[in-house]
Amino acid sequence: MNVALAKTDAGRAVDRVFAAARDRLPGGGRVADARGKAFEAFERAGLPHRRLEEWKYTDLRVLMREVLPLAGAPDAAALERARPALQACAIDGAARLVLVDGVFVETLSDAAEAGVSVRALRKVLEQDDTDLLSASATDVMISLNAALATDGVVIEVGDGAALTRPIQIVHVATAASASIVTRSLLKLGKGARATLVESFVAAEGAKGYQSNDAVMIAVGDGAELSQVRLVADSLDAVNVTSAIYAIGARTKLNVFNLTSGGAVSRFQGFLTLAGEGSELSVNGVNLLKGTQHADTTLVVDHAVPHCTSREIFRAVVDDRAHSVFQGRIIVRPDAQKTDGKMMTRALLLSDEAEADNKPELEIFADDVTCGHGATAGALDEGLLFYLRARGLAEKEAQALLIQAFVGEAIEQIADDKFREAAMAQAERWLEARH
Amino acid sequence: MALLEVRDLQVRVEDREILHGLSLTVSKGEVHAIMGPNGSGKSTLSHVIAGKPGYEVTGGQILFNGEDLLEMEPDERAAKGVFLAFQYPVEIPGVATMNFLRTALNAQRKARGESEYSTPDFLKKVREVAKSLNIPQDMLRRGVNVGFSGGEKKRNEILQMALFEPQLCILDEMDSGLDIDALRIAADGVNALRSPDRAMVVITHYQRLLNYIIPDFVHVMSRGRVVKSGGRELALELEESGYAQFEDAA
Repeated sequence: MNVALAKTDAGRAVDRVFAAARDRLPGGGRVADARGKAFEAFERAGLPHRRLEEWKYTDLRVLMREVLPLAGAPDAAALERARPALQACAIDGAARLVLVDGVFVETLSDAAEAGVSVRALRKVLEQDDTDLLSASATDVMISLNAALATDGVVIEVGDGAALTRPIQIVHVATAASASIVTRSLLKLGKGARATLVESFVAAEGAKGYQSNDAVMIAVGDGAELSQVRLVADSLDAVNVTSAIYAIGARTKLNVFNLTSGGAVSRFQGFLTLAGEGSELSVNGVNLLKGTQHADTTLVVDHAVPHCTSREIFRAVVDDRAHSVFQGRIIVRPDAQKTDGKMMTRALLLSDEAEADNKPELEIFADDVTCGHGATAGALDEGLLFYLRARGLAEKEAQALLIQAFVGEAIEQIADDKFREAAMAQAERWLEARH
Repeated sequence: MALLEVRDLQVRVEDREILHGLSLTVSKGEVHAIMGPNGSGKSTLSHVIAGKPGYEVTGGQILFNGEDLLEMEPDERAAKGVFLAFQYPVEIPGVATMNFLRTALNAQRKARGESEYSTPDFLKKVREVAKSLNIPQDMLRRGVNVGFSGGEKKRNEILQMALFEPQLCILDEMDSGLDIDALRIAADGVNALRSPDRAMVVITHYQRLLNYIIPDFVHVMSRGRVVKSGGRELALELEESGYAQFEDAA
């Protein structure tokens, strides 16, 4: 059978995108082969759609329609436009690594502190190293990412290193109607301690871009990582991020995702607890308005005994926006004494707002404590009236209650600075409602 | 001019008329008690004055310092000096009491065109009032009313009353759920706020509360109307004979 004959228009378009990008993508030989295979995997499946259980609520064939051509490497003017956007998301004391339109820009980035090695992904790929193009999780958007990743940062923290400064990866978009495809790695050695913040921001002029990021995180035995993602893309952008975690023994991993930007976004986290005695906390908040669509999909895989996982997720959905939370907890047959809990709550601020909560437990061990809960509802009229009777205007009263609602998730952020940054982004969203 | 003037007020909830032409005049410096059996419309009156949604005013008016109160949003009424101490103060998890008090006080001051309190002045004021009401500092750090006992919730209402310095205080069933000691503390807090510049409307089912907060006037409500008004002695009379005599009068 000739597969090419069965191709749709979208299929032919993505063919052209890959063909056009091929020459400028870093890496030859084995890397090019690996990209070709990844592209084939993507091509066979095409963009994910609602008939796939994992993508049930986020049909990219409808929401994204097509894969746009890759953004060109940023020129001097683009870098100039990136500067104010960088300023706006600056975190005090952080060592910043900047990706503009998917390309690592050393001149805008800070040097790493002792104990940390930072390389650009393209340099690694140019050395014919294909490891970074493979991932332990399987998903069609991860395949597309492997095919088209232009650059990223490869960060390695040595055994026992305790970083004093947070690492901040900033994704700045300056492009219009283009794909931005990045792939990064953070590897923490045994007993290492680090904090990572990832910011997604749009510079002036950025418009209708599609960001596809993949980040591989390896947490060595006894290591501690606090990670926060602050997604503030432009309101016409698409952002699909896949985060794949390999988690060692006796680790403490604290992850938080805040999405207030983007037209369509998905954060899919694949977290495998592969070493005993680890404590995992994954939390998030979606703040959505207009016709925004944001999806957080987490798969927490307890592969070994004696680990705990906690997931607290909050969505505030206004206008005709749509929030999705899918959380799956898998407890493998050997993973006795697993303690896994997941709670997701959505606050609907308008009659047309939508929230889908899909918790799933797949438990194959018999001596475990697992639970989940999900709620969706409007602001409590009784609480609103109490606040208004005390002098708060309607929007002010709502803001205070919304802040308290998302605060329950934001409080879970281990790092003080990150907690403040997340709260500040939430407050900006609330102020914009006034 | 009266501080509060309720004229021939008619109020519906869904399809049922609860108040059928209620009138009440309250002037500064006065304490009025409104008594009546359950379902007589006492709480409805307090809710309508404060602006709670869900009530339809089908007739009459409420003037506050001569202004039409019914045209104002609940927060505007608060800023003008109307304060309702809730029968059941709500719990607001995640909103620290201190933050709530400051936000509310400054919102009211801002609406009146007054300057906002500075943090040290605010803290000093709250601490003073809290101390007089026997409210421990750790209560102020907790979420609004979260985990508070019935007595603590009522004291928190009085704390707000003292802080916001309203012209009109409406106390809705302040005694419900309080033991005698808690009642005494709450009543002392209220009495400390009696002033020639302020009026109070005390809504209660039982005369017991009026042993602690002595009213100047007592009104008996039955079936959505004031059926009898008098002095303090009327409350004592009710204690003797109950509300049954008024059921027919209404």
